Amino acid sequence: MCTVCGCGDPNAPENEHSHDHPREHRHTHEHAHGELSHTHEHGHRHAGPHAHQHGEDAPHEHPHDHAHEHAHDHDHTHEHSHDHAHAHQHAHESRDHVHHADGRLDFGAGPAAVHVPGMSQSRIVRIERDIMEKNNAYANSNRAYLVGLHTLALNFVSSPGSGKTSLLVRVINDLKSRLPIAVIEGDQQTAHDAERIRATGVRAVQINTGKGCHLDAHMVAHALDELALDPDGLLFIENVGNLICPAGFDLGEAHKVVVLSVAEGEDKPLKYPDMFAAADLMLLNKSDLLPHLDFDVGACFAHALLVNPNLQTLVVSARTGEGMAALYAWIESRAARLVQGSSRTATAAQSADTRDPAG
Amino acid sequence: MHEMSLTESLVELIENEREKQGFSRVRSVQVTLGALGHVDPDAVRFCFDAVARGTIVEGARLDIRTVPGQAWCLDCAKKIRIADRMAACPECGQHRLQVTGGNDLRLDELEVD
Repeated sequence: MCTVCGCGDPNAPENEHSHDHPREHRHTHEHAHGELSHTHEHGHRHAGPHAHQHGEDAPHEHPHDHAHEHAHDHDHTHEHSHDHAHAHQHAHESRDHVHHADGRLDFGAGPAAVHVPGMSQSRIVRIERDIMEKNNAYANSNRAYLVGLHTLALNFVSSPGSGKTSLLVRVINDLKSRLPIAVIEGDQQTAHDAERIRATGVRAVQINTGKGCHLDAHMVAHALDELALDPDGLLFIENVGNLICPAGFDLGEAHKVVVLSVAEGEDKPLKYPDMFAAADLMLLNKSDLLPHLDFDVGACFAHALLVNPNLQTLVVSARTGEGMAALYAWIESRAARLVQGSSRTATAAQSADTRDPAG
Repeated sequence: MHEMSLTESLVELIENEREKQGFSRVRSVQVTLGALGHVDPDAVRFCFDAVARGTIVEGARLDIRTVPGQAWCLDCAKKIRIADRMAACPECGQHRLQVTGGNDLRLDELEVD
């Protein structure tokens, strides 16, 4: 299903099906193997509709916690290609998506839910709930997971064509010998960006948003399942190229980094203030083009600081390497702060645990 | 058009409340949107009818209450109201402002049967 407008995907393959998993439950499968058949139980941690693509014998994988209980009184061999080794588990909730064999997560597939209203007496009920609470719950769980792994997650946001992917390729090539790095790529369609990232030798997961204009925290939770990150590293999330929508969605990152290229207008921070207000760092990219343009760097930063007085700014060129050393120093200082912060929290929790209840 | 997915989240929240509160029809939905939030009220209205179709919210009236942006002016040491993120302090004309409110995106109440 399209997560934006709720429409079904007309190109959905025939062998796709959906089923509902409550958060913790068991169900029984019956498998036929020639003349023999057996049943076994799965304990799942999935909730909500979840679309799978698989033919009868086709191997497929989806990230969930299984507890198999096989009771066999006969000998046979059969292949389950479920992938059971995932460091990060989370519950699915009413979101339809397809895990492709090539590792892409497609959030543009599956049917919409239908409900029929009834009738009775009218009354007012107070709700007072944040519309973003579901996204924020996923974001908080992603953040706790990432901080626990001492992994600095940066969410790169910009308009299309600002040079995010080229910038990431440069950063990865310069830092990959020192730190484990992984990348989550978000685009409406294609896995081109993830392929460019994988060419550097680091792991990348491509998320296709279908009709969606931004990544949300639930999509990122899935991508984290796929990545199984190493600790003490960096995670770069390259958001969908869009200067509006990704501003409102916390993905669980430590910082949003907004990238603007000098080939764009210097007044973009004024035209798209929400994104510059949401970011902690602004990178003015393609500085090698400045001699050929009438771009006023000072005016651009002044506009950005008007919108966000706390914004930090750097001028960089992914092409020539200008300013990249400053960016690496920024990344390392933030990574160090993350580790300090999490060890302080751990120490505080520990001392709270060991506190004498009588005292 | 992230308003579409936000409106979906809104409808999902209401479906969720139905299970908890046990109502069978929604007559009206009251939400609060902050002036500095990431949503356009007209876009939400436009999306609401489309998203509500086939759900318990179908046919319900959407009431949107907008609240202004709030900030603290560091120069005046005062709480002020601002219309947008580029606004200057109406008292001193400076931009040294800390945004303190107006990001709301909240489902307040439902009129239900």
